[in-house]
Amino acid sequence: MIGLLAKTGLQLALLLLIAPLLGGIMKTLKARLQTRRGPGVLQSYRDLFKLFRKGMVIPEAASWIFSATPYIVFVTAALVGLMIPMTATDAPLSLFGGVLAVVYLLALGRFFLALGGLDAGSSFGGLGSSREMTISAIAEPAMMLAIFTVALAANSTNLSEMANVAVSQSWKFLAPSQMLAFAALFIVLIAETGRIPVDNPATHLELTMIHEAMILEYSGPYLALIEYGASLKQLVLMTLVVNTFFPFGLSSNWTLHGLLLGLLFYLAKMLLLACLIVLVETSNAKLRLFRVPELLMVSFILGALALISTFLF
Amino acid sequence: MNTFPVATIFALSLAAYSAGALLSLATWRRPALCRYVCCSSALAGAVFGGLAAVLGILQRTPVHWSVSSGIPLFAYSFNYDALAGFFNLTLAILAAAVSIYSFSYLKEFEGKRNIGFFGFLFHLLLLSLTVVFTAASAFFFLIGWEVMALVAYGLVTFYHEDRETRRAGLLYIVMAHVDAGCLLLGFALLMHVSGSADFASFPTAAPQLSSTQQAAAFALFFLGFGIKAGIIPFHIWLPAAHPVAPSNISALLSGIVLKAGIYGMVRIFLDGLGVLPSWAGLLVLVVGVASAVLGVLYALMEHDLKRLLAYHSIENIGIILIGLGAALVFRVAGHPQLAAVALIAALFHTLNHAIFKCLLFLGAGSVLHSTGTRNMEELGGLIRPMPVTAFCFLIGAVAISGLPPLNGFVSEWLTYQSLLAGFGATGGLTRILFPLAGSMLALTGALAAACFVKAFAITFLALPRSAESGNAHEVPRSMLIGMGWLAMACAALGLGASWFLPVFGPLTEQVLGQSFGANLITGRGFVVSTGLGQGGTVSTAVIGIGLLVFVIPAVLLVSIAGKRFSPRRGPTWDCGLPGLSAENEYTATAFTKPLRMIFSVLYQPRREIQSVFDVSPYFPKEIRFESEIEPTFEKRLYVPLKDFLLRVAIKMRAIQAGSIHAYLAYIFITLVLLLLFGVRR
Repeated sequence: MIGLLAKTGLQLALLLLIAPLLGGIMKTLKARLQTRRGPGVLQSYRDLFKLFRKGMVIPEAASWIFSATPYIVFVTAALVGLMIPMTATDAPLSLFGGVLAVVYLLALGRFFLALGGLDAGSSFGGLGSSREMTISAIAEPAMMLAIFTVALAANSTNLSEMANVAVSQSWKFLAPSQMLAFAALFIVLIAETGRIPVDNPATHLELTMIHEAMILEYSGPYLALIEYGASLKQLVLMTLVVNTFFPFGLSSNWTLHGLLLGLLFYLAKMLLLACLIVLVETSNAKLRLFRVPELLMVSFILGALALISTFLF
Repeated sequence: MNTFPVATIFALSLAAYSAGALLSLATWRRPALCRYVCCSSALAGAVFGGLAAVLGILQRTPVHWSVSSGIPLFAYSFNYDALAGFFNLTLAILAAAVSIYSFSYLKEFEGKRNIGFFGFLFHLLLLSLTVVFTAASAFFFLIGWEVMALVAYGLVTFYHEDRETRRAGLLYIVMAHVDAGCLLLGFALLMHVSGSADFASFPTAAPQLSSTQQAAAFALFFLGFGIKAGIIPFHIWLPAAHPVAPSNISALLSGIVLKAGIYGMVRIFLDGLGVLPSWAGLLVLVVGVASAVLGVLYALMEHDLKRLLAYHSIENIGIILIGLGAALVFRVAGHPQLAAVALIAALFHTLNHAIFKCLLFLGAGSVLHSTGTRNMEELGGLIRPMPVTAFCFLIGAVAISGLPPLNGFVSEWLTYQSLLAGFGATGGLTRILFPLAGSMLALTGALAAACFVKAFAITFLALPRSAESGNAHEVPRSMLIGMGWLAMACAALGLGASWFLPVFGPLTEQVLGQSFGANLITGRGFVVSTGLGQGGTVSTAVIGIGLLVFVIPAVLLVSIAGKRFSPRRGPTWDCGLPGLSAENEYTATAFTKPLRMIFSVLYQPRREIQSVFDVSPYFPKEIRFESEIEPTFEKRLYVPLKDFLLRVAIKMRAIQAGSIHAYLAYIFITLVLLLLFGVRR
C-alpha cells in the first residue's frame, strides 16, 4: 500500500512537471522550424502561473456544469497518466484500468468539456463542442483497431502487461503490423491532441478552431486547469504511443538507478516524437473540417491492415 | 422445504399485480384513490418480486411448480431459475421506480383520463412480463407474450385522440403479431420434436433436431424475439411506438419489454436449441453491430427527446446482441469460460440498459410534464428550474455513453474483452470479425457520447429557447424519488460492479454448465477481470475514488489561487454586438450538422432554405429552413412490402363474395382437408 502510494506520488509529480514543459518544447521547436525565436521552453509554466492568479468571469447563462468541467478535465487526465507506464513498465494504477479505461476516462473529460462549451450559450462554444465530438467519434474506431492490434500481441489490455511483453521483444516494432498500427495511432494522436492538420492549437480564428472554441468562455484558474488538463492529455497520449511501440529503456522495477535511466530514455523518446509531430505540423496546412474524416479513414484502414497483418505474419 | 419462500413471495407479487389490476378498475370513479391504489399495489408487487428474485438467485436451485388448468397440454407452470430470477430482478427494480414516479405523474390524468383503465393495463403489463420471465411451458409463455403485446398496445395508444399515436399503435400491433407468429411456429417445431410443451423438454430433445430443423427454428426465434427487441431492420415500430406512450410507460417499454426479446433469445439459443452452429452466433453478432451503429446514427438526427431515447434502445440492444453472439460462437468453438464472459457482458448490459434507459425516459417524462414539449429545439436552460431532474438525467447520460465510473462502462468493458479474446479463440477469417466489431463498438460509444452531449446540453443548459421552457418548474417529489432511485442504481452497479458480478455465477452455471461470476473478481474484491488470466483488469471503484481524491487538491488550488479576486458573473462573449439571446445559441440541428455531412450517404439529407429580403439577399428579413433525412428502411423496405401485401389482398378479395354459403363451404373444405391430413399421419 505504501509502495503504491509512493509510486503514485512519484509518477504524478513527474506528469505534472513534464506536461507543461512538453508543450513549451513543442512550441519552441515549431518556432525554430519557422525561423522564429519562440517564447522559450518555460513559457507554458509562466502562462499557467499567470492564469491561476487572475480573476475569473463566469458567463451569466452558465450553470454548475461550467464550473465542474475544468476539474473533471484535469482530474481524468491526471488519473489516466497513472495507468500508463512512463519510466518503469509497472505503472502505479495499471491494475485498476488498462487502455480501455484510458480511452473512456479521456472520453469522460471530453464529454464534460463539450457540455461546458455549450453551457455558456454562445455559438462559438456550440461550434467547438460539435466539432470536437464529431472528430473524436470518427477517430475512435481507428484508435480502437490500432489498440486491439497491439493488445493482441500481449493478449491483454493492461498497459503494464503490454509493456512487459513489448520489452521482452524490443525489436518487434519492425514487424509490419506494429508499424502500420503506429502509423494509425499517430494520426489519431494528432487528431486527439488537436494539432495541425486537424486543429490548430495556436489560433483563435473562429472558422478553424475546435478546442479553443469550446473553452472560449473560460478564464483565470478554470482556464488554467483546462489548459493544464489538455497538456496532461497530450503527454499521456504521447507516452502511450512511445512506450507501447518503442519500449526501450523502460525499467522493470522502481529502483532509483532504473528510474533515472528510464527517465532519460523516456525524455529522449518523447523528444523524438515531439520532433516528428512538429515536423508534420510545420510541413502541412490545416485541413478543411470535412477533409478530416478522410484522414481518419486512412488511419482506420491502416489499423485494419495492421490487424490483418498480425493474422498473416 | 427451502424452496417455499421463493414460491410464496413470488405468488404474493403476482397477487399484488392482479389485485392492483382489479382494484384500479373498481375505483376508477374516484381518481385520487385510484391513483394511490394503483401505485401502491404496483410498488408492493415490485418489492415482493424483487425479494423473490434475490432469494431465487441466492438459493441456486431452480424452483418448479405447476397449477393444473384442466386443459390438456396446458398448465400454469412456473420455473424459477437463475435466469428467470435475473430478469425478474431487473423488472422489479424498474417497476419500483416507475410506480413511485407514477404517484405524482398520474395526477395530471385526474379528471381528464381514466386512471382506473390505465392502472388495469399497467398492472397487466407487469403481470404478463413476470409470466413471460418465469413460464415453464411454451403455451403459458405465449399467452403471457400475447397479453404483454396487447396490453402494451393499449398503453401505447393511451393518447388515442392523436392521429400519430394511432398510426404508431397500428404499426406496433402488426409487428407484435408477426413476431408472435414466428414464435408460435418456432415452438411448434420444437414441440413436434420433443413431444411436450415444457421448456425443460427442449434441451433433451435438441439433439434429435436435424440441422435444417435447427436452422429453421433458430431463424424463426431470432425473427420473433428480434422484432420484439427492435433489431435492425425490424426496428421501425420502436421509435414510432415508444415515444407516443405516457412517459412512465415509455420507460417500461424501452427498459424491460424489449428485454423480453433478449430473455427469449438467451433461454432458447443457449438452452433450448442445443449447440447452435457458429454461423448463427456470427449472424447475431453482425446484426448486433448493425443495430448498434445504425441505431445511434439515427438517434443523432432526432430532436424529439423521446424518439432519440427510443433509437438509443436499438443501439443498446445491438450492444447486448454483440455479447450474446460472441457467447454463441465461443460455446460452439469449445470455450465455455469465454462464452460465460461474453454472456455476462450481454446480461449485465441488459440490466444496465434497463436501468439507465428507464431513468432517461422518466427524465424526459419530467421535462415533458413540466414544459409540454418533447422537441429539444424549444427547450434549454432547464438545469436552473429543474436541478434534480437535470442531475438524474446527466447520470443517465454519462452511464448510457459508457463512461466510467458508471455501470454502462463495466458492461461495455466486458464486451470489449470478450471481443478481444475472440480473436485468439476462433480460427479462419471469422477472427478478423471480432476486432472489427470492437472498433464499431468504439464508434457507437463515441457517437452515443456525442448524442448525449446534444441531448443534455440542448435540453438543460444555456438559455431557454421558448416561454414554456423558461417557465418550467421542478416536478413533484415522488417523481424525483423514482428517478433518484435509478440514478443511485447506476452509480451502485458502476462503482460496485466487482461486488455485483458474482451474481452471475448461478446463471452461467445453469446456462453454460460452469459457474463463472466470482472468477471475474480479483484484487481483494474490487477489481474486475476477465477471469481467464489474460485480457486485462479494471476497477471502477478505484477510478471513482481516484477521481474524488484528485479533485480535492484541484479545488484547493483554485480556491487558494482565486482568493485574490472573487469570480464575477459577466455576459457571454457577443463579438461586440450586445444582446445575445437564446436565438444565438447552437441548436440540436446545428450540433449534428458535421455528422450529417459525414454520413450523408446514409442519411440522404434534404434541405430547403427560403429567405425573404427587401433590397439585397445579403440582408434577409426572414429565413425559413427545413431539413430532413431519408427514412431509408421505411422507404426501401416497408413501403414496397406494404404495397405488395395490399395488391395480394385485393386479389384475394375475389374469393370473398360476402355470401355466407360460400364461407360455410370454405370452412367445410378446410375441415375435410385437415382431417385427411391428420388421418394420413
